[in-house]
Amino acid sequence: MMIKEKRQIFIFLLFALVVLLVPIFLKGSYFLNVLVFIGINTLLAVALNLLLGYAGQISLGQAAFFGLGAYISGILTTRFPVDPWLALVVAAGCASVLAFVIGFPILKLKGHYLAMATLGFGIIVYIIFNETVDWTGGPSGLSGIPNLRLGPFVFDNDRNNYYLVWMMTLGVMLLSINLSQSRIGRALRAINDSEVAARVMGVNARMMKVQIFTVSAFVSAIAGSLYAHTITFISPASFGFNFSVELLTMVIIGGLGSIYGSFLGATILTMLPEFLRVFRDFDIVIYGLMLILITMFMPAGLIGGIEMSIKIIAEKIKGSAENNA
Amino acid sequence: MLKVESITQIFGGLTALENVSFSVAPHSITGVIGPNGAGKTTLFNIVTGLYTQTEGKVYLGDKNISFFEPEVLARLGLVRTFQNVELFGQMSVLENVMVGLHTKSKSGIFSCAFKLPGQIKEEKRIKEKAYQWLEFTGLADSADVTACNLPFGKGRLLEISRAMAVEPQIILMDEPAAGLNSRETAGLAGLIRKIQELGVTIVLVEHDMELVMDVCESIIVLNLGKKLAHGTPREIQENKAVIAAYLGED
Repeated sequence: MMIKEKRQIFIFLLFALVVLLVPIFLKGSYFLNVLVFIGINTLLAVALNLLLGYAGQISLGQAAFFGLGAYISGILTTRFPVDPWLALVVAAGCASVLAFVIGFPILKLKGHYLAMATLGFGIIVYIIFNETVDWTGGPSGLSGIPNLRLGPFVFDNDRNNYYLVWMMTLGVMLLSINLSQSRIGRALRAINDSEVAARVMGVNARMMKVQIFTVSAFVSAIAGSLYAHTITFISPASFGFNFSVELLTMVIIGGLGSIYGSFLGATILTMLPEFLRVFRDFDIVIYGLMLILITMFMPAGLIGGIEMSIKIIAEKIKGSAENNA
Repeated sequence: MLKVESITQIFGGLTALENVSFSVAPHSITGVIGPNGAGKTTLFNIVTGLYTQTEGKVYLGDKNISFFEPEVLARLGLVRTFQNVELFGQMSVLENVMVGLHTKSKSGIFSCAFKLPGQIKEEKRIKEKAYQWLEFTGLADSADVTACNLPFGKGRLLEISRAMAVEPQIILMDEPAAGLNSRETAGLAGLIRKIQELGVTIVLVEHDMELVMDVCESIIVLNLGKKLAHGTPREIQENKAVIAAYLGED
């Protein structure tokens, strides 16, 4: 057990080191820009993974919390003289309170019904973004959102944004890994495996689901706020149903219940559109196809597939070493 | 210890239980037997808060627990095991038992995410405690095995270890011997007695008559949703109505 824990800390530190060193070796700004979006999407995927991968509760309305974070931050800083950092905190707080309140009725539902309810929530929020033109600017979007700043340090270029977003992402990843191996993480996984047995063991399943739903909304809203302040322009199109499906695809392709899997899924799905441009609107068909193939042949996602391959190769090497000896 | 008062359960037009009452003495082993469809599992589901009865009351000690949720009952010291072994299949054997210690620990989301010192200490404590319960049931060697890979008999033992981790006053076991071979069943009888020695009251639904007659001090017989008899194993074996229900009247 101790060895396992040490190895995990080592893997995380290695991952963090690579993330922090990448900009030094990257000359072009374009690729850094893509990496900023990978960071934001990783945040969102980790948030959904806590809910779907650990507690086993689906949400097709994650884009709504992402959008709420972006719009609350955007509106507060463009329409009122609110500091962007304060706006970020308020946005995350508001989204959490909303998630907590709607979580109680919604999370009573299971399976398809839960998917439909969260889908409905996502669509309602999307319509609000579109129709409250006086506040959100409607379909033409909201522009002129100020950048975050830390003293004289303004997060207005790709390099600075990269560090801003990735410090946040690394933090959330570390906290999520800690959470997954704790009493709370075990209770969540227990609910996923057998809700009845978890309750008989004294796990308050309803409250636990609402709590993790709230955490998930909190992290998604932070991602939304970061998104708004880094690209300074937002429009409803980024927060629609399609994006919720994309997030779901990231989590499942990467691996349910794996934090690094979420990073992998987010990376692939963020880069993929560049290559799928030739298919135009049919890209969602490709996502669907990927989902089907992964769930059929790699139920533990790409990260599970990679772990499995490493194990097989390690055993082969061990086997041939024994043969030679 | 446990008192069931005039429980009636109606599913649609079907009366699964009709006016069933009995009480269970503290520290005793009570068996609930009866032919298939007698309402034994329904009775367990009502007592453990999974079903809401149509009528009647359940008491734990002096406390009316009639409409309590299962998670509240666990905190009061009432747990159960399941007929179809409800393990947390994707988790290790040790982690399964650690979930049983959920009510014995209290770290919240915040302290777990930030690994506050109190949480680290608590985690260590419940890990050790969980290991002790695995030693109690003889599963310590399988601590790191993923639960879904356990053979069936060990799965049953794991379920009991997990339930014991809650440190219950009373444990309800739904057919603990189903699917076990004769050697495993003998081991189970020993384990049930060991649990009783810890001062825990035991109620079991069971079809294995040898086991029931062996360990139970008191037996309740259900048939077609009604209580047919309640007595010592000897009284039950000689009860005409019970024999008729099992073998048919002539």
